[in-house]
Amino acid sequence: MTEIFGIPVAVILGQLMLGLVNGSFYAMLSLGLAVIFGLMGIVNFAHGAFYALGAFAALLGLQWLGINYWAALVLAPLAVGLIGVVVERLFLRHLYKLDPLYGLLMTFGLALVIEGSLHQFFGASGQSYPVPAALSGAVNLGFMILPIYRAWVIAVSVVVCFSTWFVIERTRLGATLRAATENAPLLQAFGVNVPLLVVATYGGGVALAALAGVLSAPVILVSSQMGNSLVIVVFAVVVIGGMGSILGAVVSGLTLGVVEGFTKVIYPEASNIVVFVIMALVLILRPAGLFGKE
Amino acid sequence: MRSARVFYGLALLFALCVPLLGIYPVFMMRLLCFAMFACAYNLLLGFGGMLSFGHAAFFGSSAYATAWLASAHGWGTAPAMLAGITSSALIGLLVGVIAIRRRGIYFAMITLALSQLIYFVCLEAPFTGGENGLQGVPRGSLFGLLPLKSDVAMYYLVLAAFLAQFAFIRRVVQSPFGQVLKAIRENEFRAVSLGYDINRYRLVAFVLSATLAGLAGSLKALVLGFATLSDVQQATSGEVILMTLLGGTGTLFGPVIGAAIVVTLQEYLSDIVGGWVTVIIGAVFIACVLAFRRGIVGELTAPRRQR
Repeated sequence: MTEIFGIPVAVILGQLMLGLVNGSFYAMLSLGLAVIFGLMGIVNFAHGAFYALGAFAALLGLQWLGINYWAALVLAPLAVGLIGVVVERLFLRHLYKLDPLYGLLMTFGLALVIEGSLHQFFGASGQSYPVPAALSGAVNLGFMILPIYRAWVIAVSVVVCFSTWFVIERTRLGATLRAATENAPLLQAFGVNVPLLVVATYGGGVALAALAGVLSAPVILVSSQMGNSLVIVVFAVVVIGGMGSILGAVVSGLTLGVVEGFTKVIYPEASNIVVFVIMALVLILRPAGLFGKE
Repeated sequence: MRSARVFYGLALLFALCVPLLGIYPVFMMRLLCFAMFACAYNLLLGFGGMLSFGHAAFFGSSAYATAWLASAHGWGTAPAMLAGITSSALIGLLVGVIAIRRRGIYFAMITLALSQLIYFVCLEAPFTGGENGLQGVPRGSLFGLLPLKSDVAMYYLVLAAFLAQFAFIRRVVQSPFGQVLKAIRENEFRAVSLGYDINRYRLVAFVLSATLAGLAGSLKALVLGFATLSDVQQATSGEVILMTLLGGTGTLFGPVIGAAIVVTLQEYLSDIVGGWVTVIIGAVFIACVLAFRRGIVGELTAPRRQR
């Protein structure tokens, strides 16, 4: 077996693979955060809670209604997206004229309500979600063993992130969205229904978090706290990438996942904090973030 | 103003009589510690206009340092507290230097991320006791003279610290420094144009707030006899924001009332509703942001100010 620094190559590749899977979740979550922030100026603290809701929707759908993984991949984000729409109409729309900090505080309270309720109804211990039959097993690539489900997560994440980027940067709908970010009242004067655009964006961003939740259900334990610390890492990812930059969110999400995986191999104690340390360094050297414009 | 004086007088009288009234002193001490924490936080948010989402890092690191020195190294009460407060001041300086580079929500997210870093250090460092935290912290005696083992003696120490801190914050807010800080909060660019080095003011306010949060944390470790991960957790940072917001951001006494309400809720409500406390706190948060952003004291005093 070949080794680098006394560590087998297969171990390193395995950790990098895991890092890439985590990075896929970071990318999808920070992408949703960036889109919501770009249009609404709201930092969605409840993003981790919606991620957990997505995973629970898949789990409960399977246990109670027998909805399989493939249907859950579509239905769970839809259901959670609808909850997002309700939240926007009930609460968030009252906050647009205020300091953005109030949006952060409101969604923080919302996260407590969602995660606290999940905890009360389904307990503290995590539940496992079976890997769908078509994606179970692993392929031996010769130099490493590749679990099919992990490859699937990375592939889906890359496709989803790229499509979102494409829609926002290259289509007419995306142009309208970007126009609303620049100057909403003017766009409204042109006859575009901006409030509809805003509610759709929030629902869409939240649905993206829920999709990440469904994807993650078979690889982690589904619990009420699963999004709790993740959302803080994702915040750091967004700060590193540059707030509001979609490309920055995706690229830094994937990269930081890999960096974290690599840290796990060479210095495991630091793997939990490496993202925050990088964030501090980026802020000192380039306060606007790697892809941000000041 | 006269009614305010009467109110403060009555509050002080009540606080002095607490041990006679049969109120559980440990509960009152916990309340006062969190009131001090909230007042320290309010100095930053209410008067400096900076929303830190990571203040538990300063509260908790001081609690850990005090607990570690007092229990594992047998330090006296005063030196252990002083060391705890110094450590939170230093961490405050480090976090502050990085965080004040950005404003608003960025500032909030950066403080949150850096406090998470400190949380993981407290979880994994060899001397912090991991998941269990540090237990059995001795209260010792103040300067080797006044034993603090009895709850009543400890209560008066905490009360004295609270009063001193409250008077200090009041002094700071009314000082020229406090005036400039408020000016920066109201209009940063105008303050710059008047020649103030705003980043220095913001950093000083940040370190001051972290230091005072450290004072609250080290007292808390002595009162309850332990320092645990919940002291450095994100949830605690959220709670201190709620206390400040609920009582009234930017009012002097608001955070005390906010802390009293939240600590009382946690103490008595958890017996009735169990784990739903988190949900209720979240709902109070939402209600505060949507319905009364000035907080209780802010709403009570607002109409008078407008007149």
